[in-house]
Amino acid sequence: MIPLAFDYARPDTLDGALALLAEKGEDATVLAGGHSLIPVMKVRLGAPEFVIDIGRLSELDYIRVDGDEVAIGAGTKHRDLVTSEVLGAEVPLVPAVARTVGDPQVRARGTLGGSIAHGDPASDLPAAILALDGKVVLRSPRGERTVGIADFYTGVFSSVKEPDELVTEIRLPRKAGVGWAYEKFTRRSNDWAIVAVAVCDGKVGLVNMGSTSLRATATEQALADGKSIAEAAALADEGTEPPADNAGTPAYRRALVKVLTRRALETASGV
Amino acid sequence: MKVQISVNGEDTSADVEPRLLLAHYLREQVGLKATNIGCDTTSCGACTVLLDGEAVKSCTLLAVQAEGQSVTTMEGLEGASEGQPTHPVTAAFRAEHGLQCGFCTPGMVMSAVSLISHDDDLDERKVREGLEGNLCRCTGYHNIVRAVLVAAGKDPDAEQKAEAESDALRTAPGFSRGESAEEARA
Repeated sequence: MIPLAFDYARPDTLDGALALLAEKGEDATVLAGGHSLIPVMKVRLGAPEFVIDIGRLSELDYIRVDGDEVAIGAGTKHRDLVTSEVLGAEVPLVPAVARTVGDPQVRARGTLGGSIAHGDPASDLPAAILALDGKVVLRSPRGERTVGIADFYTGVFSSVKEPDELVTEIRLPRKAGVGWAYEKFTRRSNDWAIVAVAVCDGKVGLVNMGSTSLRATATEQALADGKSIAEAAALADEGTEPPADNAGTPAYRRALVKVLTRRALETASGV
Repeated sequence: MKVQISVNGEDTSADVEPRLLLAHYLREQVGLKATNIGCDTTSCGACTVLLDGEAVKSCTLLAVQAEGQSVTTMEGLEGASEGQPTHPVTAAFRAEHGLQCGFCTPGMVMSAVSLISHDDDLDERKVREGLEGNLCRCTGYHNIVRAVLVAAGKDPDAEQKAEAESDALRTAPGFSRGESAEEARA
């Protein structure tokens, strides 16, 4: 399978990339690791006229503690999330989730920013960042703004990101010593989640239970009200609209999410 | 546009369309056919090559993304041509019969080379996890895993031996705590 023809540029600097993105606007698509974009282009669901390759911008490749947050450059590869000592100490949910993304070859290329910007509701990391109440930093030649990830997604593959904006950084609150867990259900080891559940500090993020990554708000409320884990987990599908596909029916996913939420909450609380 | 990529230590270059995939560059421009395209959906790993020493799926990379970088394919391993010493991973695949139809083998070998170079203390679980991006449609994984362990200098039967030893202990007379306790009471 071969993508439709496009023009290609690999700017040397972030400013160069932003200027080019502003110039090309909606005709352009940003390529980082390419492991979401290239498969979509190969089956011609995506056909950008212009591809801006930011995959080698070292300016976007960092993980550092910044006050009470951890800042992760959008170009950080999944493999580096897995092995990061900073994340392991400060936000251990992220390495645990990144470890389940694709397979070693995919993790060697795919980036956190790419996964967040792409916005596939079946992706692992957006739901984890949601459970962490993370923020997305967007930059364009007009300036920089920071959006809570809960306000970022507007639908399948769509977000509040403007055509001239680039996801440059993810900011996460430091969560050392807090209970967390990730329960991912797949039939094959390197596959997308049929359903997955990320838990951190009583917050619950759901993978593949609707058109965007979701929070299980009814479960979170039940926990805050002092209900048992079993009672709270039974509410995990409230407000969701799980997809129907070859991997499962909506009813199957509703049943699955309750089981996975219970397991994740038990692990996170040390039961 | 013009790309220059070092392939198996030799400079290659071609004038390519940006949409050309690295797998096609290697097969059609450079003429190296060990890199197979199996699924074309980033799942099967038959197209795995090393890009600057890192295992990647060349069906999900544009050739232009590899501009100025170094690619190693199965043909670049020692022993690919006659008279050279055989690469340890290739030798182990041969010795342990780590192949059936052979279509997945170049990708498996390249993943194994990357895995061994990143971890000097592999065990069976790590090998199986490390090969999760490579599918063998003959489902011949058992001998592939053995081959990678042998290439990594590990005993592929270590876990079975340990299990057999603990079984032997369990069935040895006087080992069972329950029996001993009863005997003690008697």
